[in-house]
Amino acid sequence: MAETLFDRLWQLHRIADAGDGADLIAIDRVMLHERTGGVALKSLGEAGRSVMDPSRVFAIMDHVVAFTSGRGRNDSRAPGGNVFITETRAMARKTGIHLIDTDDARQGIVHVVAPELGIALPGASVVCPDSHTCSLGALGALAWGIGSSEAEHAMATGTLRTRKPKQMRIVIHGTLSPHVTAKDLALHLIARHGAAGGQGMAIEFAGEAVNALDMEARLTLCNLAVEFAAFTALIAPDKKTFELVSGAPFAPRKRDMTAAMRHWSMLRTDEGAAFDAAIEIDASDVAPMVSWGNSPEDSLPVSGVVPADAKAKALDYMGLAPGDSLIGKPVKGAFIGSCTNGRLSDLRAAAAILQGHSVAPGVRAVCVPGSQAVLAQAEAEGLDAVFKQAGFEWGAPGCAMCFYAGGDTFPPGTRVISSTNRNFEGRQGPGVRTHLASPATVAASAIVGRIADVRTFEPVLEGV
Amino acid sequence: MSEPFRTLTSHAVTLMIDNVDTDQIIPSREMKTVSRAGLADGLFAGWRYNAPGTREIETGFILNEPPFNEAKILISGSNFGCGSSREHAVWALAEYGFRAIIAVSFGSIFRANCARNGLLAVALPEDHLEAVATFASGGDNITVDLPDQAVSWGTSQANFQMDAYEKRLLLEGLDPIGLTQSSQSLIDRFIADDRAERPWIYPQTAK
Repeated sequence: MAETLFDRLWQLHRIADAGDGADLIAIDRVMLHERTGGVALKSLGEAGRSVMDPSRVFAIMDHVVAFTSGRGRNDSRAPGGNVFITETRAMARKTGIHLIDTDDARQGIVHVVAPELGIALPGASVVCPDSHTCSLGALGALAWGIGSSEAEHAMATGTLRTRKPKQMRIVIHGTLSPHVTAKDLALHLIARHGAAGGQGMAIEFAGEAVNALDMEARLTLCNLAVEFAAFTALIAPDKKTFELVSGAPFAPRKRDMTAAMRHWSMLRTDEGAAFDAAIEIDASDVAPMVSWGNSPEDSLPVSGVVPADAKAKALDYMGLAPGDSLIGKPVKGAFIGSCTNGRLSDLRAAAAILQGHSVAPGVRAVCVPGSQAVLAQAEAEGLDAVFKQAGFEWGAPGCAMCFYAGGDTFPPGTRVISSTNRNFEGRQGPGVRTHLASPATVAASAIVGRIADVRTFEPVLEGV
Repeated sequence: MSEPFRTLTSHAVTLMIDNVDTDQIIPSREMKTVSRAGLADGLFAGWRYNAPGTREIETGFILNEPPFNEAKILISGSNFGCGSSREHAVWALAEYGFRAIIAVSFGSIFRANCARNGLLAVALPEDHLEAVATFASGGDNITVDLPDQAVSWGTSQANFQMDAYEKRLLLEGLDPIGLTQSSQSLIDRFIADDRAERPWIYPQTAK
């Protein structure tokens, strides 16, 4: 019978029928971060349980580490947040799992680091107590976000008990227009079908436009599947995927590579395989997108106006009225980074816009590379100089201003254009008004000091 | 692990908005220690208190109004608990005293977290949800019955679907890790076979 990629991944990891409609699924990799993984390690220890195979568990510091250049290894951006770092470190050492510490050259946001290091691989099952773990489905991995209790279960047993989710295929035909990115594509999908549109399903992205995306863009697309209420997202691995993971520190060693490639090459959906739901999108319909409300579904083409039926609560929080144009709304904050858009290609795209320009007066603009590797490569290419000359702060890798945890952020009421994933109330700070957009749109808007269309914006000339 | 759930009769708080995310349920700034406990005060902090970081009651927010301040049931719209995977959202709800959430749908990680902490997540279709919310907002009790998978209010009743495994976790207050460890021989056999098939997955042992 024709199988989907997801069917195949599930079957490869299915140990047994666990009863009650659930399956017992083998977990190849567990990743943890200090914010929700530390408590899982602690609770596991308190229950007198041990980690079944520490060589397949990775703790990575990213969520509350300070994002100021030259930070100390225990420095947190959250008041009192250093205990999350120190306790997670102590427990990681005690349990013998891999530790990628604040000052490690491999450090960064878990979902940025996992593909760089080959922790996530095609065909591997990867879980992390973090909702954006679905990003890693971009490699053809069976990857999904879980809670801390499930992380304990995965560490103690090397398995999870879970029901196989339903499946959706999203086919994206055609070609994305210039300046339209995977971020815009994802926001387009969520705006059109709602933040609950994914209905807890495993979603396979396919089609010409998906095949054409580079690996970083694929990671961005799959990253946002959780904002669509998906269980996870997947893209069938191809040559680009194999190139990305080959030679990574935790990728298969040379002698296993032939077998791995053979295994990976069967990770695809058969012709005629059945899905429970399907969506088709024409890539040429997608424009640069900007969110206006407090859910990613509240997103519009940048040239759009706030809808007449917009929820009053969101309008009040965002300081907007129905009919307001997004283009031209003054912004006082700009952020580029996060597991959604903190990779090298994101920084390159923003730098290409920023080159030779400065951010508008009164705008606080911050760029935080997603990992130390991204930061090092960006600096090697001189991108840091472009950002700094434009007036951006250049931060140290981590989740940074994607979410507020106490500490440094924009003042209440600030309108911020941000390359992140969530525009929830208070997400970037109490009263902060987040507008989600691609890195290029963030850069263009920072230069203009207003939400701008990256395709047509005109920079404000200094001294005029 | 958690207290078994059978039936519950209580007032219900109604928060009739869609997409209540876990950042609203507990803002990250309220996660102050590496612990599952001490989170109840941070529940809905952005809406319950009149300024960030304070504990000054925001009058008018339903959680602060009797009799709803004693409610053990919360009713909301679609996609409740979307967003961050933080189990702290469920720990905060449970520690505060909630035992059941009724909504049109749930974020899938949130829903899985509920069942592992004795919190029942009930999904009802929109028409039933509106009816029960309207009834509950008058301050009368409603009942949630897990064995029969039914919500009843006044003279009305609606049945709900439930994942059989999550139902069992809630009914029996089971420890899933203990349950799985009773299948250790199956797991060991799978790993032995898989190691031959996919040696690159097992870095230390695939010599």
